[in-house]
Amino acid sequence: MKDLRLWGLKKSPWVYHVAAASCNNCDIEILELLTPRYDVERFGVVLVGSPRHADALLVTGVINRKSLPRVLEVYEQTPKPCLVIAIGTCACNCHIFRNSYNAVGPYDKYIPVHAYIPGCPPKPEAMIMGVVKALSKL
Amino acid sequence: MSSFLSGWRLVLAFVVSLIVVPVAGLVLNWVDRFVSARVQWRKGPPFYQPFADILKLLLKQTVVPRGAARTVFLLAPLVGIAGMSLVAMLLFFSNSGLVVAQKTSFIGDTIVLLYLLALVPLSFIVGASASRNPIAAVGASREMTLYLGYELPFVLALLVPIVKVARAWDVASALRIGGLVAYQQQFGPFLYSISGVIAAVIVLCTIQAKLGFVPFDIPEAEQEIMSGVFVEYSGAPLAAFRITRAMMFVLLPLLLITLLWGGIRDWWAVLKFLLIVVLVVLIKNTNPRFKIDQALVFFWFILAPLGIIAVVLAFIGL
Repeated sequence: MKDLRLWGLKKSPWVYHVAAASCNNCDIEILELLTPRYDVERFGVVLVGSPRHADALLVTGVINRKSLPRVLEVYEQTPKPCLVIAIGTCACNCHIFRNSYNAVGPYDKYIPVHAYIPGCPPKPEAMIMGVVKALSKL
Repeated sequence: MSSFLSGWRLVLAFVVSLIVVPVAGLVLNWVDRFVSARVQWRKGPPFYQPFADILKLLLKQTVVPRGAARTVFLLAPLVGIAGMSLVAMLLFFSNSGLVVAQKTSFIGDTIVLLYLLALVPLSFIVGASASRNPIAAVGASREMTLYLGYELPFVLALLVPIVKVARAWDVASALRIGGLVAYQQQFGPFLYSISGVIAAVIVLCTIQAKLGFVPFDIPEAEQEIMSGVFVEYSGAPLAAFRITRAMMFVLLPLLLITLLWGGIRDWWAVLKFLLIVVLVVLIKNTNPRFKIDQALVFFWFILAPLGIIAVVLAFIGL
């Protein structure tokens, strides 16, 4: 049963894009990742419109006092098991905004993060590699 | 009525409607995604992808939103599946008569068919309304409008074969799907006449809308209302909705073949079926989405007058 669940999760990770106060660079790279050129549907990855359908949350952007409650809410709304993939250096460790009055720290202080994909912004190839690593770690 | 509900055909009908049709639907779901991938010049998912999706959803947590009508929310997806299984049974019995298909179903099953097909949008609307989500409510209202839109031309298109059979034989056999199939066996498919062509075009557009495919995917528009009617669904109920859609994807082209294109009587039906499916997928891939008012205008003021013309043509025997 556990194997079946794992197999299903590995073969069809539906992703939900949580754009939490990023500069939009990572978001645009995520959109590029979902274009026919990279064809992530080969691995069963589909972009879904609602966190209720999601298996993986792609979070981008430096987390701040305004966006933290929203991100936590989206995470709680997602049915478990769900992966959290931090995309971009901002999401991994706050990048140059580390000392900003508004930044409240990287995501892994608040929710479990399964993969960190650094880069400003990371290339789609790097994102595919990160997702593959996160899935093979399960 | 007692003769066709007996013996191995009943067992076979259960197997077909509860196992064969959903499995075939999931395979067709792959065909849809594969053809879409090829249209976009990419490789596409492996053939087991829809099965992996369903398996994953079945084994995932199911979230019931706070304040939702719990029982209705969880039962609504089953209504759709039940409706589609009954449609599968009707089509099976109407097409599987050994000698003459005329006696294999009951009088008035065309009308029953209309109501059974309405169960699916009904389940979407009820499920979405029970979820207490404003976006799902928007989706439900759009689904309602769309249903009111496409049902009028669909009924008119359905009247075309009925009128033709009623002119040739009698009303009793015209109100049987089996009677329509038997008529086509004897005199050739309805499609090969002017009114039949118009009816087929209307049914094709209706299939697109009933399946929620792109020109008419207004109730679940991902980009504007976040998959609308399904927004609060997760886990097993969502899987049930996807299976409902998959079953529809099998049954609606088969319905078109049964009603207008000679019935499912020989192996040509497989070819016709695949042709309709690929046509539907290509329409899906080459069109932008309508707005809800545009869709309503399209169905009521373009397709419905066409349908009336088709019925009149059928009356004068064209």
